[in-house]
Amino acid sequence: MRISKAHAIRCVAVNVFKESVRDRVPYNLVIFAVLLIASSYLIGQLTAGQDVKIIKDLGLAATAVFGLFIAIFIGIGLVSKEVERRSIYSILSKPISRPQFVLGKYAGLVLTLAVNVAVMTIAMYLVLTYLTYTESVEFRSAWDAPGVDPRMLKAIVLIFVQLMIVTAIALFFSTFSTPLLSAALTFGVFIVGHFNADLKNFDKITESRAAVWLARGVYHLVPDFSAFDVKTEVVHGLPVANGYLVITTAYGLAYIAALLIAAIVIFSRRDFK
Amino acid sequence: MAPAIRISELTKDYWIGFWRKRPYRALDRLSLDVQPGEVFGFLGPNGAGKTTTLKLLMQLIFPTAGQAEILGRPVGDVAARQRIGYLPENPYFYDYLTAEELLQYFARLFGYSGEDARRRAATLLDRVGIGAERRSVQLRKYSKGMIQRVGIAQALLNDPEVIFLDEPMSGLDPLGRREVRSLIIDLREQGRTVFFSSHILADAEALCSRVAVVAGGRLAAAGRLTDILAFQVRGWELVIADLRPEALARVTPQVRRATEISPQRYALELSLDVPPERILSDLVATGATLVSLNPIRDTLEDFFVQRVAEMGEGARDPDSRKYAPGVQEATREDKQSPRD
Repeated sequence: MRISKAHAIRCVAVNVFKESVRDRVPYNLVIFAVLLIASSYLIGQLTAGQDVKIIKDLGLAATAVFGLFIAIFIGIGLVSKEVERRSIYSILSKPISRPQFVLGKYAGLVLTLAVNVAVMTIAMYLVLTYLTYTESVEFRSAWDAPGVDPRMLKAIVLIFVQLMIVTAIALFFSTFSTPLLSAALTFGVFIVGHFNADLKNFDKITESRAAVWLARGVYHLVPDFSAFDVKTEVVHGLPVANGYLVITTAYGLAYIAALLIAAIVIFSRRDFK
Repeated sequence: MAPAIRISELTKDYWIGFWRKRPYRALDRLSLDVQPGEVFGFLGPNGAGKTTTLKLLMQLIFPTAGQAEILGRPVGDVAARQRIGYLPENPYFYDYLTAEELLQYFARLFGYSGEDARRRAATLLDRVGIGAERRSVQLRKYSKGMIQRVGIAQALLNDPEVIFLDEPMSGLDPLGRREVRSLIIDLREQGRTVFFSSHILADAEALCSRVAVVAGGRLAAAGRLTDILAFQVRGWELVIADLRPEALARVTPQVRRATEISPQRYALELSLDVPPERILSDLVATGATLVSLNPIRDTLEDFFVQRVAEMGEGARDPDSRKYAPGVQEATREDKQSPRD
């Protein structure tokens, strides 16, 4: 029986997705929907003219934070849990290579995140549609950007690419480390990545050459997560160039490719005692 | 005929210790051939290197030296796994899946399409005795014995030519053990090669055409059960009926042990240096009748205990197997293990 390489990856990915559903990951969508609907009602009572902007801010931030928790807390267990519980023994004795297994695990979690982000996006647009059509035309004209603004999708695409990078980082650490250490390292990289631009200009605040070189090294090693944050721009109706979107996405994909290759190399040489 | 499994000088060292790492030899230059259609027993005490060998054959770990082939392909060849089944020791499966879902998932990895995968899973679950009412229950609710049955089912999903079973009877009740024995016999009749590790010698004795005994990471013995045990006759058992007390008293000095089975019916155990013909003719002359005369052979257990003891302390105590190249070389020269 001839089996394509993609077939094994797909099988593993579907199983990861099934696992996340059985582990009640979709419950976060309910929390998200409740949070969004409740806050839109409350904000509508408290502010005048700012409610749509705040809902957009809140919706995008919640999409990023909920996704981040899923990417880290499922990502760190993707491989290490299999090794710890020894389920790796039976799966790797099947006609699947170690690289296919790693890629399948990654694809499965990205699929989970994609569904999650898609449902959150739909929920956010539904709430924004409701707010738009319940406000008067005069009121709407005071907004920086239309309530139902397709440009928000640009921010969502970049949030999703950022989540894909975080997943790849978590998976990378998960191939050789314990879940707890992987979580700490992934979270650490995520935080440092948000302040990456500051590391580039470290020579302006210190004269220590060693510190500057170290900061430069970290700057080149850790992804610049601040590049993926265009929430403020889209909420205020400022332009986000398509070219920027493409280049930032390509930058993210290059990072993911490098992380997955490193994860595959480490995982392919590992002994499962 | 090319062997189904060829293991050549397979060696595995682990590095143990936290600060000062030191090598520990789990498997030392193991060489074995297993022919197609054989049921091969891989025996040894705990910590002997059985599971290490199986993990090397599945490429779950990488050898320090040596090589192995399965069906003429190097271990780790993904395409060859299409023809192999493997049951790990104390298996664990995704506990959020049901038995049906797990087998369907694995069947898809073997290339079965949706309906075929469902049918294959159902057939295998029938075969290992997991009824329809248990199949849709998540595996986290299964007992150890039930998981073992699922493990056996997943090892047979692809109708493999070579099946590796690591302690297949572990966790099974007597009924389950009997079912697995009969399953292995079925596989043998279908011409499959079965390589199973065990420390339950009765299973090996009942099922295997050949066995290998490992101890201390080294091969202690390998061969046909009939060859290993046939020459180890250590006496005779004579079962006699209508044996009167005075006749019994006459032969008692030459008998190692006399056990009364029923009135006037005795099992007499003779040592190897007492010819059974002479005792038999004496007794028949007193009116006794012969029921049976059988040689008393060493059991596999006797053989196993003897060989493991011969391998020395290192065989029993894995902690004493810190690898020191000079010592290992000397040991090898001094005590060349019988090879296949």
